Amino acid sequence: MSKLHITTKINDEAREYLCEPNQSMLDVLRDELGLTGTKEGCGTGDCGACSILVNGRLVCACLMLGAEAQDASIETIEGVAGDAGLHPLQSKFLEHAALQCGICTPGFIMASKALLEKHPNPDESTIRYWLAGNLCRCTGYDKIVRAVQDAAAEMSHPA
Amino acid sequence: MEAYAYAAPTSIAEVTALLHEHANDGRSAQILAGGTDVLVQMRSTRRAPRTIVDIKRLEETNRLEVNADQIYIGSAVPSARMQENAELKALLPGLLEAADLIGSTQVQGRATVCGNLCNASPAGDSIPALIAAGAVCDIATQNGSREMAVEDFVVGVGRNALSDGEFLLGVKLPRPGAGTKDAYLRFTPRTEMDIAVAGVGVSITLQDGVCSAARVAIGAVATTALLVPDAAKALIGGALDDAALQTAGEACQAAAQPISDKRGSAAYRKKIVAVLCRRAVQVAGKRALEQ
Repeated sequence: MSKLHITTKINDEAREYLCEPNQSMLDVLRDELGLTGTKEGCGTGDCGACSILVNGRLVCACLMLGAEAQDASIETIEGVAGDAGLHPLQSKFLEHAALQCGICTPGFIMASKALLEKHPNPDESTIRYWLAGNLCRCTGYDKIVRAVQDAAAEMSHPA
Repeated sequence: MEAYAYAAPTSIAEVTALLHEHANDGRSAQILAGGTDVLVQMRSTRRAPRTIVDIKRLEETNRLEVNADQIYIGSAVPSARMQENAELKALLPGLLEAADLIGSTQVQGRATVCGNLCNASPAGDSIPALIAAGAVCDIATQNGSREMAVEDFVVGVGRNALSDGEFLLGVKLPRPGAGTKDAYLRFTPRTEMDIAVAGVGVSITLQDGVCSAARVAIGAVATTALLVPDAAKALIGGALDDAALQTAGEACQAAAQPISDKRGSAAYRKKIVAVLCRRAVQVAGKRALEQ
């Protein structure tokens, strides 16, 4: 079986890799590219731990093939913090203790980032529905919702 | 395990040629659009395809068009893209609600209504809504294309009417005229991330307060979603009064042939499919009046 040669863009950087035809984007990120910030939870699109942005759309990396990334633009958790430091979502997750074990956190950050790009000032119910595909077994979600609300406030009115 | 291959053709002819070639050689090929069902099934080895044929690079499958008399939704158009189209949302609120009920934000970013149709789950939410809206499948074949009403497309649990070498290019819907609106309601124990226990899609046309046309379809209460002509008959010619709603609900109940499983008993499903029918008719009727 021959591997496929894929050329793509990950976190604004041109990347190329070889992958098997049935290899998931998640496995490519973690095993071929060493980008292990994206986590595997269920592998069936139920838990959202592997959330990434593909051409600006939030998707589960486990429900996409590595081969599909040809010519795409992909954002992962590794690209969220900038030269100036943490993204407001990352700071607020820390501040509100919106994580405990941390496995779900990259997925929540990516999903919340996609939310705030589409709805800069979401109400609580919008946040809860948007994040319904991200599972967390530690926090009980409330702290996550508060962190996202606080990040939204800070991003729309920077101190 | 069988070896995999991946192809991402850019023309319909290439796709059908690939599918034919594989069928003739006795090898299997699997169409990939959003992949939210296919990739999960592949992993659980329910499907072990030889060649994955990604149809997202075709111009035709990416069509999302709202024209003067017709709406076209290509088979590679994810639900999230449909939801962003304000005109489509205003014209077919029921179909858009049904599609939006499927999975999480992440799944919405990839899942397509055509994939929901091809996957042919009895509980696929968009299927009753598509039937109610009068959708027709646009099927690519090696010799051109053929059309088939959505209610005829799903032939059994997990089975559709596509023959070897064919694939679904998109669905065509008549543009709802003035006074026509749709609605889709389903029942699930949870508000999110759940599969329908029963669902009802309805399209209602009102002229001067009188129902002049109606389509009612039920889901998750038989092996396939079903069009219920008797329910529509009960509604047409009247003003959607309580007696008409009652008769339409009973027609849905009579058409339902549910199973009992962990989501609900057959008797319960029969009971709620009537309730959902009455409520969906009321929602669609109210929308038709308001426009």
